[in-house]
Amino acid sequence: MERKTAIDVAGVVKRFGHGPAGVVALKDVSLTIRDNEFFTLLGPSGCGKTTLLRILAGFEAVSDGAVSLYGENIAGLPANRRSVNTVFQHYALFPHMTVAENVAYGPQRLRRPAKEIAETVARMLQLVKMEKFAERRPAQLSGGQQQRVALARALAPHPKVLLLDEPLSALDLKLRQAMRAELKQLQRATGITFVFVTHDQEEALSMSDRIAVMSEGEVQQIGTPAEIYEYPANRFVASFIGDANFITAEIDGIIDGVASCRSARGLSFTLAAAPGGKPGDRVTLFLRPEKVRMEAPGDAGLAGRIQTMEYLGQSIFYQVDIGEDAPLIVAGRNRDDGGTPYKTGDRVSLIIGADALRMLAA
Amino acid sequence: MPEFRNVGEVRGLRSAAFGFMVFLYLPIAILILYSFNSGSLVMVWSGFGLNWYAKAFANADIQRAALNSLIVATVATALATVIATLAALVMTRGGPFRGRGASLAMISLPLMVPEIVTAVAMLIVFAGTGLSLGLGNVIIAHVTFCIPFAFMPIRARLEGMDTTLEQASADLYGSDWATFRYVTLPILMPGILAGAMLSFVISLDDFIITMMVAGAGSTTLPVYIYSMIRQGVTPEVNAVSSLLLLASVLLVTLYWLVTRNRDAATA
Repeated sequence: MERKTAIDVAGVVKRFGHGPAGVVALKDVSLTIRDNEFFTLLGPSGCGKTTLLRILAGFEAVSDGAVSLYGENIAGLPANRRSVNTVFQHYALFPHMTVAENVAYGPQRLRRPAKEIAETVARMLQLVKMEKFAERRPAQLSGGQQQRVALARALAPHPKVLLLDEPLSALDLKLRQAMRAELKQLQRATGITFVFVTHDQEEALSMSDRIAVMSEGEVQQIGTPAEIYEYPANRFVASFIGDANFITAEIDGIIDGVASCRSARGLSFTLAAAPGGKPGDRVTLFLRPEKVRMEAPGDAGLAGRIQTMEYLGQSIFYQVDIGEDAPLIVAGRNRDDGGTPYKTGDRVSLIIGADALRMLAA
Repeated sequence: MPEFRNVGEVRGLRSAAFGFMVFLYLPIAILILYSFNSGSLVMVWSGFGLNWYAKAFANADIQRAALNSLIVATVATALATVIATLAALVMTRGGPFRGRGASLAMISLPLMVPEIVTAVAMLIVFAGTGLSLGLGNVIIAHVTFCIPFAFMPIRARLEGMDTTLEQASADLYGSDWATFRYVTLPILMPGILAGAMLSFVISLDDFIITMMVAGAGSTTLPVYIYSMIRQGVTPEVNAVSSLLLLASVLLVTLYWLVTRNRDAATA
């Protein structure tokens, strides 16, 4: 069943400044966010993800294009009249108010009855496990606690959409990981559509229903975490999310959608052809490091020699020279017999499944 | 030899600092001490007594001058603080506009203009226009030089304030007015208080400009003290001066206490 559309962004352009000195932050961005979805805008800094979020919040006006919220055009609506609330990167809690007063702020501005506000505040503080801190001031709280209050404050008016601007970036690693599960759980519990901005691919993969990967003001790909990781639309997406090997090759021939390719140094690969690919095309082959199996030298597979090893505990990254310009990165899992049987300089055989190798457009 | 030393170890620093303090505060200490002199000669100690204070309190002219000073300082401070707050809001939140830099310079300029110049200018304005509002003239003059004093701490506070707080208020359905009333103004309050206190003290202590523009019946305390001296110095002048000093010190202390508590709560 097709779900309702929460946010529809159509052909949005955002320019800052005028003339040659102006900067185009968003170039014709279109995307659809569904009702009750955990949607993530992922990209490196300066890719336009925060600008898009600020447009959704109403802090920036679009230069061109349309934005609608549940079918209503909101492009001209000021921030205080949109049923959208924001969790700011540095929380922006009101320092002169207590935790309870902060959470009550939205419902108070909406002129809800006092009794209802008191109930909402109590329920929200319970939701984020901050009931005991209702009378504290923000300065008396830790970063993680302030984060929870910011969430409670933004959820208290029960917005249609909650915007989160890199809310976990100011927390330390352990807390960040714990908060991921809580955020996801909170989204399920409230049934509110979440739009989450981050540059952290792990955060995006672990929490999102769908992700829009952005770069230089453009959406590169929209899809579920698995779709984006397994079938990146282009080289940028493949390299931004996870680790990737790229091999430049030329298509020799295609039979029944299976292409045989030859690399510049003469290695041959067979794999599913990308749509529209034809013999003679130069293509980029893409391979995740963990999809290569390493074995003792033998007849099967690609022959190589371990150049360097990087021990990361859970996994070991090998750079294997296969005669190409760049060594192939292979990830091996740490095993129950302790680490790795290989050492630098060993000759090995690399087994690459036909499904592991993918062809990228250009 | 270490690069940095404890300043307490610098030779001669203690005596230099002590000498400096004596230079600064000895005259004031003597002024206060002799206000408790029971005799009528300023520099001859004849014993402890509060009789000059009693005389000063009973003096109808002093009462009138003190009342004038309080009225002028209160009204001028209120007006100057409101104007300075509005000016600071426009300067920090009004976005870029033509003549912003020039406006900023012009608001602060009265701090640099010699007071006697302002005084003469005011006198010419009032004489030329024939404006004669009694105490009103003094208030107008005081507002003009109090504005920059009130403006500086208010602007500093606004510039130090995180603008995402105002965005957060708008995001939570706050109108422009609600954002100002519930977020900007409360956070700005210590700056406004500082500006008001500063402005009050400056107005209370002003002599030159008031001397020029105050007509008969609008004499303030500093001007009255000056006229007393011309008639011959008695310890009554010391007593009145000490009271004026006490008022200033109390105000500054009060300000310090108020802002300290606020900052402890918000920081």
